[in-house]
Amino acid sequence: MKMNVNVAVIGGGPAGLAAALECRKNGIDNILVIERDKQLGGILNQCIHPGFGLHVFGEELTGPEYAQRYIDMLSDTDIKTLTDTMVLSLTPQKVIRAVNTSLGVVEIHSKAVILAMGCRERTRGMLRIPGTRPAGIYTAGTAQRLVNIEGLMPGKNTVILGSGDIGLIMARRMTLEGAKVSGVYEIMPKSGGLKRNIVQCLNDFGIPLHLSKTAVEIHGRERIEGITVAAVDENLSPIKGTEEYVECDTLLLSVGLIPENELSRGAGILIDPKTKGPVCESGFETSVPGIFACGNVYKVYDLVDNVTKDSVLAGRYAAEYIRSKSE
Amino acid sequence: MKNNQFDFAVIGAGVSGAWIAYELSKYTAKTCLIEKENDVAMGATKANSAIIHAGYDPVPGTLMAKLNIRGNELVRKLCKKMDIPFRQIGSLVIALTEEDEAKIRELYERGLQNGVDGLRILNKTETLSLEPNLSPEVRGALFAETAGVCSSFEMSCAPAEVAENNGVELIRNFKVENIRINGEYTVLVSSSGQTVSARTVINAAGVHADEIAKLFGDDSFIITPRKGEYSILDNNCGDLVHHVIFQPPVKFGKGILVSQTVDGNIIVGPTAENIDDKENKATTFEGQLTAFEGARRSVPSVSERDVITSFTGIRPIGGKGDFIIGFSDFNNRLFNVAGIESPGLTAGPAIGEYVVEKIAESGFEFVAKENFDNNRKVIRFKDLSDDEKNKIIAQNPLYGRVICRCETVTEGEIADSVTRGAGARDMDGVKRRVRAGMGRCQGGFCGPRVMEIIARELDIPMSEVTKFGGASRMTEKEMI
Ligand SMILES: Cc1cc2nc3c(=O)[nH]c(=O)nc-3n(C[C@H](O)[C@H](O)[C@H](O)COP(=O)(O)OP(=O)(O)OC[C@H]3O[C@@H](n4cnc5c(N)ncnc54)[C@H](O)[C@@H]3O)c2cc1C
Ligand SMILES: Cc1cc2nc3c(=O)[nH]c(=O)nc-3n(C[C@H](O)[C@H](O)[C@H](O)COP(=O)(O)OP(=O)(O)OC[C@H]3O[C@@H](n4cnc5c(N)ncnc54)[C@H](O)[C@@H]3O)c2cc1C
Repeated sequence: MKMNVNVAVIGGGPAGLAAALECRKNGIDNILVIERDKQLGGILNQCIHPGFGLHVFGEELTGPEYAQRYIDMLSDTDIKTLTDTMVLSLTPQKVIRAVNTSLGVVEIHSKAVILAMGCRERTRGMLRIPGTRPAGIYTAGTAQRLVNIEGLMPGKNTVILGSGDIGLIMARRMTLEGAKVSGVYEIMPKSGGLKRNIVQCLNDFGIPLHLSKTAVEIHGRERIEGITVAAVDENLSPIKGTEEYVECDTLLLSVGLIPENELSRGAGILIDPKTKGPVCESGFETSVPGIFACGNVYKVYDLVDNVTKDSVLAGRYAAEYIRSKSE
Repeated sequence: MKNNQFDFAVIGAGVSGAWIAYELSKYTAKTCLIEKENDVAMGATKANSAIIHAGYDPVPGTLMAKLNIRGNELVRKLCKKMDIPFRQIGSLVIALTEEDEAKIRELYERGLQNGVDGLRILNKTETLSLEPNLSPEVRGALFAETAGVCSSFEMSCAPAEVAENNGVELIRNFKVENIRINGEYTVLVSSSGQTVSARTVINAAGVHADEIAKLFGDDSFIITPRKGEYSILDNNCGDLVHHVIFQPPVKFGKGILVSQTVDGNIIVGPTAENIDDKENKATTFEGQLTAFEGARRSVPSVSERDVITSFTGIRPIGGKGDFIIGFSDFNNRLFNVAGIESPGLTAGPAIGEYVVEKIAESGFEFVAKENFDNNRKVIRFKDLSDDEKNKIIAQNPLYGRVICRCETVTEGEIADSVTRGAGARDMDGVKRRVRAGMGRCQGGFCGPRVMEIIARELDIPMSEVTKFGGASRMTEKEMI
């Protein structure tokens, strides 16, 4: 099947939704949002805690509530959506190949494309922690999905490596669900997480945060049984003699996010080695004219409110681009 | 177990056991394939370099040499028929010193003696034009055209599947711990007290083959575990090298290689270290360092930064300098297939053939089945054309839902990997068969979705899904 649209937005999280709406507000029609999940809303659907929307709406919402506001706004427009649809590739000529169960492979020709695919989490493999490879090691976001969407507890006795916000949120979440969280270990001398999350998710629950410490070995054959942690020096290298064994049946990793850039690379878009997202000279336009990027696919944001603000701008620039092309 | 008396019981569903079962499934004799783990390919077969060796390494005249050459030939022939991923990318043994140059000439001569086709010695310029990222120190190389890379998992999943489809019973989670004699049958007793009886027991238990032999009173060999550590790099680095790059062999093995994998990632390793514990598959800081330092001698730009995962494999070293294949001198109910170290993966299909040949020579009368079928087809969505994709989605819409984004694996493929012969029973089983979770996000995104599909296809609660059987549960039993 073939489709022609003015703007194709890849990803229906907060970034994609805000950008699509703004394009529409700026007079562009025939906009399509493509989302691989069955629902719109992106990662917010699993963020059931409050703390979203203080800047954009001036009130405190949960993730799903925040997302729903945009989903509702979208349904009041003629913006088309394709959910349960995975984008497989994007060319520099802005031809998108997507696939779903009912339409099969869909080829979408678009005048402008907005990339809003979000990010992925760094894994154990990337950290290269030596040791065994047992069950019970999850990235914090995966654990969040298991607990909040699937209703499954990853384990009972948890250690968290890395003090990114998702790890902090999960320390609290696991505790509330009855698990023991014996500590959070952070390799840097200070946490990368938001102050309010350290207070509300760790301090309020008496969960210790160990700074300048990291995991140096994983133990356990079938299920994880413990980790060895060690203090690190200024170069972040483990200091011999400081090793300590910490028992656990679950290890959650909250050690960083990376923009989802498979499609961007495939389209020949220049990637910034630092942010790992597309290089955008101005106006959220990537190195390929007419392809824009916003949200976590562009750079990793702490707060969804800022994602929304920037994505509105990206939507406006995409609209301008289309107008300038049709003049 | 339907009926637990068999003509042949093969212990161990690694590449050796799987191909022996495959070969036996051509005949009417009743065979079972017994594995202590929840899946096939959980031993050495799971964690190795996955190189289909050309055959210039083994000492001329050994069984290793013979079965390597025949295995290479069979792999190239059977891979298409049985849909086993294999790419004949060729290998280079590079020389970095004058001494190395002498060694590669020696290997070349050995290769000729073993009957390897397509060997050539390349000079520096030829070598660098084939592989521009090699060290500028390189002086030349031995090029072997018939070498390639395969999926080591599918090298045993595929024959196990064909065997099962042709009547072999695959018995999982059965750790042979003891034996009893019952007339002409040997009763194998599992750690949980289950039993299976067979007239002839084929011992393909990898690193544990000496323990199995001991149960039969055979202590003629000892298996020493020797571990090898690896790292896999992101497929962004796939163009680093295009052939298998070896350094000349060292005392403890074939040295550290850098190669493309069959899926287009880069593999770096293995180290070689004798260990005490046969199940110690831990990776170590030192091991990883050794692997990368070694690799950088060949390809200076290989970097730890691009690692997506690391693992350890255990070589079953038999200490005889050759494969140990034949009826035990101590007990004629036992047939040993032991000390299957490198090039065991390559030799797998030839080991199957050879075992049946030897058993036939001993007087067993094999009767060929009329309807033996070794055709096997796996749908790999990513490799299909748009038309083919649409056709398969129209037949089964689950092929239209991509579950693993890194490797573009659909729900249809994952469900199929569970329901097909000798299918997956756990997360690692799915990962090994269809690569869901093997890409750069290592299952972070698709993990919960794969759990859901496995639970549905096996009709078990999601909380009972394991990573690799046993106690490797993914989550707590109770739902929230
Ligand atoms: C696990 C996690 C927890 C977070 N928790 C908080 C928090 O508590 N508070 C806070 O303020 N911020 C939080 N953030 C940050 C903030 O929520 C995110 O910055 C924001 O949701 C990012 O929005 P996005 O639209 O860029 O990405 P996402 O919300 O991730 O949306 C991207 C969408 O693109 C889709 N997609 C990706 N690839 C494709 C493709 N090939 N084809 C089709 N669709 C595709 C995805 O399915 C997804 O729906 C969290 C982020 C993460 C990752
Ligand atoms: C680091 C390394 C690199 C290698 N590289 C290559 C290469 O590039 N090319 C190549 O051709 N070869 C290579 N090899 C060799 C190759 O991997 C092996 O020769 C081959 O996999 C051996 O297969 P196997 O079936 O004999 O043993 P295994 O795969 O170990 O299978 C034995 C099986 O027996 C089961 N088992 C054990 N005890 C019991 C019991 N009591 N009851 C029931 N089941 C039991 C185990 O669980 C296991 O599944 C390499 C090996 C290693 C370790």
